[in-house]
Amino acid sequence: MSLFLDALSWLGDGANWTGPDGVPTRVLQHLAITAAVVGISAAVALPAGVLIGHSRRGAGVVGALTGAARAIPTLGLLTMLGLALGIGLLAPMLALVVLAIPSVLAGAYAGVQAVDPATTGAAKAIGMSSRQVVFRVELPLASPVIIGGLRAATLQVVATATLAAYTADFGLGRYLFTGLKSREYAEMLAGALLVAVLALLLELALATAQRQAAVRLAAPGRNPSQRTPDTREKEPA
Amino acid sequence: MIEFESVSKTYPGPTAAVSEFSLTVPSHRTVVLVGSSGSGKSTLLRMVNRMVDPTGGRVLIDDEDVRDRDPVALRRSIGYVLQNGGLMPHWTVLDNVATVPVLTGTPKRQARLAAKELLERVGLDPAMGRRYPGQLSGGQQQRVGVARALATDPNILLMDEPFGAVDPIMRRELQEELLRLQTELHKTILFVTHDIDEAFLLGDEVVVLREGGQIAQRGTPAEILAAPADDFVRGFTGVDRAERTLSTMEVDGRTIAVDGTGRPVGVFAP
Repeated sequence: MSLFLDALSWLGDGANWTGPDGVPTRVLQHLAITAAVVGISAAVALPAGVLIGHSRRGAGVVGALTGAARAIPTLGLLTMLGLALGIGLLAPMLALVVLAIPSVLAGAYAGVQAVDPATTGAAKAIGMSSRQVVFRVELPLASPVIIGGLRAATLQVVATATLAAYTADFGLGRYLFTGLKSREYAEMLAGALLVAVLALLLELALATAQRQAAVRLAAPGRNPSQRTPDTREKEPA
Repeated sequence: MIEFESVSKTYPGPTAAVSEFSLTVPSHRTVVLVGSSGSGKSTLLRMVNRMVDPTGGRVLIDDEDVRDRDPVALRRSIGYVLQNGGLMPHWTVLDNVATVPVLTGTPKRQARLAAKELLERVGLDPAMGRRYPGQLSGGQQQRVGVARALATDPNILLMDEPFGAVDPIMRRELQEELLRLQTELHKTILFVTHDIDEAFLLGDEVVVLREGGQIAQRGTPAEILAAPADDFVRGFTGVDRAERTLSTMEVDGRTIAVDGTGRPVGVFAP
């Protein structure tokens, strides 16, 4: 318990909130690497997942790939990449991208694949091009599941991004590594608490985004009491 | 005018879905393809808007091979009504009806205004336009589907068992509505159903299909009822069924019609 109080007093100490090693800087760094990793993963995995879900081909590849990628221990991968690429952010970012891709890919694939084929078939039959079917029908209907994949990936990455401090002076992981080395367990615990709070906040934000996508994009009208009036419908009757 | 010129469709497997099918659907007429499942009727319908490409033969619309047309442009020029409505669940009814005009560049405002008129035309309250398909009954969704098909004022309507999934009373209403619309609009309609009564009610001409898209008989409903070509047509149309074998009976000086079981079914007009 006293360790916990020590951690709180560490967090309460104004000296820990300023300078290049201060909490705000570290939090921003941590958020930056999380955003960059999820962004890169999304750029790679979203188009791939949507394409596979749209064509309904290559589902086996997704299963094998995501299963295999999930089995890779991130710390081991980071050590290997660190040895190959040296000190810096590149190695942890690559390791984290490998960690994030399966969730994003699975979300995009599962979301698009779950859209009723009767709906996409009808969209095509009345004259939508493949592109229009993807952007006007499949993506909006799949958006909650796609955001769910991003949410899972973000959560994994924000927690695991502490490993960035393994090879670089970056992010909240720094408190863990320096605390461990200098036996400043209060600092370690404070760092861990900060990561936990950050993870909870991101989870909250993304859960809200997911619900909004469901209400506005995928299933408007399913729950009229929640539906906000659509401004596009304002026109002279 | 839609012409099928000895079209075939084979999938990997022993039997062809359709083989050597020829038919002309004259302009401004309703032709109904009727058959049980496996007769290839939906496959034939979907060849017209290139949702299916034949493996042999040609489909012509106004003497032009549909294979020379861009599939997307072709589909936009043809009204298509599907069995379960096929509406976009995440769009309002109005946006569903306005889909194709918006795709082809009509300003949204104008397309929605036209969509409102179309809703009225198919017997729906225009206020319903703000709802989503999930908030409508099956019959209402079908009406929206018909309105959507009419939105670009196409010459051709393809209807793929459009009323198959609604209850009998609603189906009857929708059929009457379609007949009424057709007297106003004079579209070239190719209609697919497995319901022979629906075929006889709606079709100027009825084509009875047996397995593999083979034409068992074609003609007006009266011609088919009066002279079924063979036992297959006889069985499919039910001309031997009790409710179709009517006879007359005199009761208190009035002539009434009775069916094969002796049940009275109607009175002859004096």
